Amino acid sequence: MIKSDILIIGAGPTGLFTVFEAGLLKLKCHLIDALSQPGGQCSEIYPKKPIYDIPAYPEILAGDLTKKLLEQSKQFEPGFTLGERAETIEKQADDSFIVTTNKGTKHQAPVVAIAGGLGSFEPRKPVLENISDFEDNGVAYMIKDPEVYRNKRVVIAGGGDSALDWSIFLSDVASEVTLIHRRTEFRGALDSVEKVQDLKNKGKINLITPAEVTALFGHHKLESIEVTKSGETPQRIDTDAFIPLFGLSPKLGPIANWGLEIEKNAIKVNNALDYQTIIPGIFAIGDVNTYPGKLKLILCGFHEATLMCQAAYKIINPGKRLVLKYTTVSGIDGFDGTRKEAPKSVVKSID
Amino acid sequence: MSSDINIKITDRLGVTHSIEAPTDMALNLMEIVRMYELAPEGTIGICGGMAMCASCQCYVQSAHELPEKSDDEEAMLSEAFHVKSNSRLGCQIQIKPEMEGLEVELAPED
Repeated sequence: MIKSDILIIGAGPTGLFTVFEAGLLKLKCHLIDALSQPGGQCSEIYPKKPIYDIPAYPEILAGDLTKKLLEQSKQFEPGFTLGERAETIEKQADDSFIVTTNKGTKHQAPVVAIAGGLGSFEPRKPVLENISDFEDNGVAYMIKDPEVYRNKRVVIAGGGDSALDWSIFLSDVASEVTLIHRRTEFRGALDSVEKVQDLKNKGKINLITPAEVTALFGHHKLESIEVTKSGETPQRIDTDAFIPLFGLSPKLGPIANWGLEIEKNAIKVNNALDYQTIIPGIFAIGDVNTYPGKLKLILCGFHEATLMCQAAYKIINPGKRLVLKYTTVSGIDGFDGTRKEAPKSVVKSID
Repeated sequence: MSSDINIKITDRLGVTHSIEAPTDMALNLMEIVRMYELAPEGTIGICGGMAMCASCQCYVQSAHELPEKSDDEEAMLSEAFHVKSNSRLGCQIQIKPEMEGLEVELAPED
């Protein structure tokens, strides 16, 4: 059981900033995210794209924003459960909550802050009639353990970085790697594209473009695929595995079944006060919430996180008074023993 | 308003909406769909309009000559599903006066 004061679902910018604001109030946070790295969309979808409306940053790359937020909250030692999706929530007799992930990891906290953005990112599945029959029997949408493919024949489909990178990696592991993409151009890092070109020339990757996988065959497990090159008759390729890598798309997912009020694919909250949901102790902040006048902006998420932490403090420390402190005046005491403070202005007396 | 154009958008349930779209607000087709709430929030414009998802894919049904696809749009459509020869990403189509009478249909959600 992982225990914290505030359990944050979603490690995007709003979730990461919550760690800082909670830390100022001496509350410890743990974050769960379905992605394997913190930052949410900023890291996963558009790390190299600039954002222009973060206060005081005329321009910052989304990936750099994640780095800065991690650095800002570092001394408050947040815990992370990454690559796991929050699945169920159970209220306990002491009013705390237990959140269990899809991998069975259990987290307990008196306050849960859902900062889930547009939801957890799920792989996009190609439209092939019988594809679900072969899931876990030859078809996989992400590669968890590449060793599974040792000495196997593998077909990868897709045109982005993950399709390129995994084709390169598996060319050393699998007995045969086929990469299929609907265009001849790939959208990925230049050196990955060049590496694939090189491996293709050496005969280590079988590249089929522009083409599409149009059918899957097999009894109980995948045995072959049909690939259609534009304007040509389809061909069959025998394979042990088919890995479509077409990116991720966010789905609200299991959170939609937590008994919260959902409107427009978002969680309704009380914006007059503290962004609490209809379940006391569960808050929703950032893009995942909705209220009259809601704007899905990172900077609005920061504000919501800050107010939410004040309410969380009152739940966790009933009866205690709280007074707003300015970091410039009080400095920051990290949970790791570090202290940041403004330098003293009086240096030396003048006789 | 004289700067509005009339366009027809068929939503994912097959209902066709005749709407007026302003041409003087630097809006794209995806934003028009959201403005009129023709698709539920969270199912369209997921990436915000960077041609990095295909949630705003639509089929252009009228014969309008639209601006050519950028490399980004071309690349995204090559990885999208339900793609047809008249597929475009709504977020890459800026609403202009010459698009008067445009007719599009929203592609299915992934």
